Amino acid sequence: MKKIATGNKAVAEAVKQAVPTVVAAYPITPQTEIVEQIAEFVSGGELKSRYIPVESEHSAMAACIGASITGIRTFTATSSHGLLYMHEMTNWAAGARLPIVMANVNRSIGPGWNIWAEHTDSLQERDTGWLQVYVSTVQEAYDATIMAFRIAEHNDVLLPVMVNLDGFLLSHIMQPLDTVEIGDFIPPTHLPYAIDVKNPTGYGGLTGTEEHYKMRWDIERSMRDSVKVIEETEKDFAKRFGRRYGFTENYQCDDAEVIVVAMGTLGKEAEVAIDLLRKEGIKAGSLRIRWLRPFPNLKILKGKQVVVVDRDYSFGRGGILATEIMAQTKEEVFSVIAGIGGQEVTFEDVAEFVRKRRIGTEVWFGVSNNV
Amino acid sequence: MFEIRIHSRGGQGGVTAARLLALAAIHDGKYATAAPFYGAERRGAPIVSFVRIDDKPIRVYSQIKKPDMVVVLDASVMDVVDVLQGLKSGGKVLVNSQQKKEFGGYLSSNVDLTGIALKEKLVVSGNPILNTPVIGALAKMGVVSVDSAKKAIREMFSDERNVTVAEAAYKEMSA
Repeated sequence: MKKIATGNKAVAEAVKQAVPTVVAAYPITPQTEIVEQIAEFVSGGELKSRYIPVESEHSAMAACIGASITGIRTFTATSSHGLLYMHEMTNWAAGARLPIVMANVNRSIGPGWNIWAEHTDSLQERDTGWLQVYVSTVQEAYDATIMAFRIAEHNDVLLPVMVNLDGFLLSHIMQPLDTVEIGDFIPPTHLPYAIDVKNPTGYGGLTGTEEHYKMRWDIERSMRDSVKVIEETEKDFAKRFGRRYGFTENYQCDDAEVIVVAMGTLGKEAEVAIDLLRKEGIKAGSLRIRWLRPFPNLKILKGKQVVVVDRDYSFGRGGILATEIMAQTKEEVFSVIAGIGGQEVTFEDVAEFVRKRRIGTEVWFGVSNNV
Repeated sequence: MFEIRIHSRGGQGGVTAARLLALAAIHDGKYATAAPFYGAERRGAPIVSFVRIDDKPIRVYSQIKKPDMVVVLDASVMDVVDVLQGLKSGGKVLVNSQQKKEFGGYLSSNVDLTGIALKEKLVVSGNPILNTPVIGALAKMGVVSVDSAKKAIREMFSDERNVTVAEAAYKEMSA
């Protein structure tokens, strides 16, 4: 059926397909519609989940951890300050190897108080051991959320997954949505170390100096193993439902001399900039990073000029994507900081970033000269 | 790509009008997006919503700067907002008003959406419903088909009067 939905509603529809046993969440703009819709599904009997309305995001993640450790499927959603308030517990979720799925609606961090799109919230969770995927359409928000459960719960992964969508730009836009019946796409949850009253075991006890680093290494080992699990899952999804995704979405990259790299909706809008530049005879392409953790192999950027658009920043260092990309390619980029706190950035602006690129420098759109 | 900017005041249904229009366009077999611009505004403040309709998937998320059409659900916003800003030369303007207002260089139309809603007593919380009749007017202007407009309205609203007002707006609209 032809449907139209917001990014938020699409996430809720995906959760309805995955049927988590427990959803624990706290509302926050611009995520509220996700948990509102899930609560409606639960109260209307359309979704057989236990919905726990908690008093804070810290408690939301704590409740998910408590539920997940019994070996059941869990989901939560948040945004911005809610995510930051969870931070202690997000580390715990990954460290305890719990396949919790969370949608994060990317929003800036105050002060000043600002509710619009920015990626700095989820990027501050970069080092917690969560897998992170960034989506660019309503359909992709739906598809990625469904796949997130299967990836997280795979026994070679057993790590939490965060699905990120841009606040308002994607959370509140209406686009066509094709929903699916997932059938057995997500196997039943099986947590090998779930707590069992018949076989009591201690969790989270003091871990000695000769044990802790091994557990940390094991997170990294699973993060590396998750690459093939993501590939397999996306391949099976394409086979069953006809929509193919990857670690990155590459547009006109093959013969490109300059490539724009971005995430989220800006990564999609950049494609329109590429069409504009190609008409001017500029051999440009765009690469939208979907999976930030595990970080993709970007060998396609080798030998190309790269323009990175960061909707985020690490103070005292630079654009977070730009920094990550340079660390892998060992080459300088043109780093543009644009879209912070919902700053309007159009495809025409992105085209201008490409035309006026100065590899090896950084500019803040609207602040620095020349862009 | 056909781009429409809808001007209204918070609470008047401009966002829902955008959603209805996009849904109707999708029923016509097109691609469409409806994007409300969320500012710090609250109920009563001038707001804008954007609708894009195209034959291929739409990849633009930024605001519409050069619309093909402007829809004004509340004529009083014209006192404080330049609704014609960026409107393409020869673009269309539809105003909810009893009187036709001429805009030099643009094709102006008007329809009394408020009167139509009041006649059907289609009023919620003291506000006449404008978002369903306006879809009828837009169908008359050829933005979406009449069948798709009705289908979209019925999908989003159970009260059949919403279809009645759309039909009335279709009939009453100045050519």
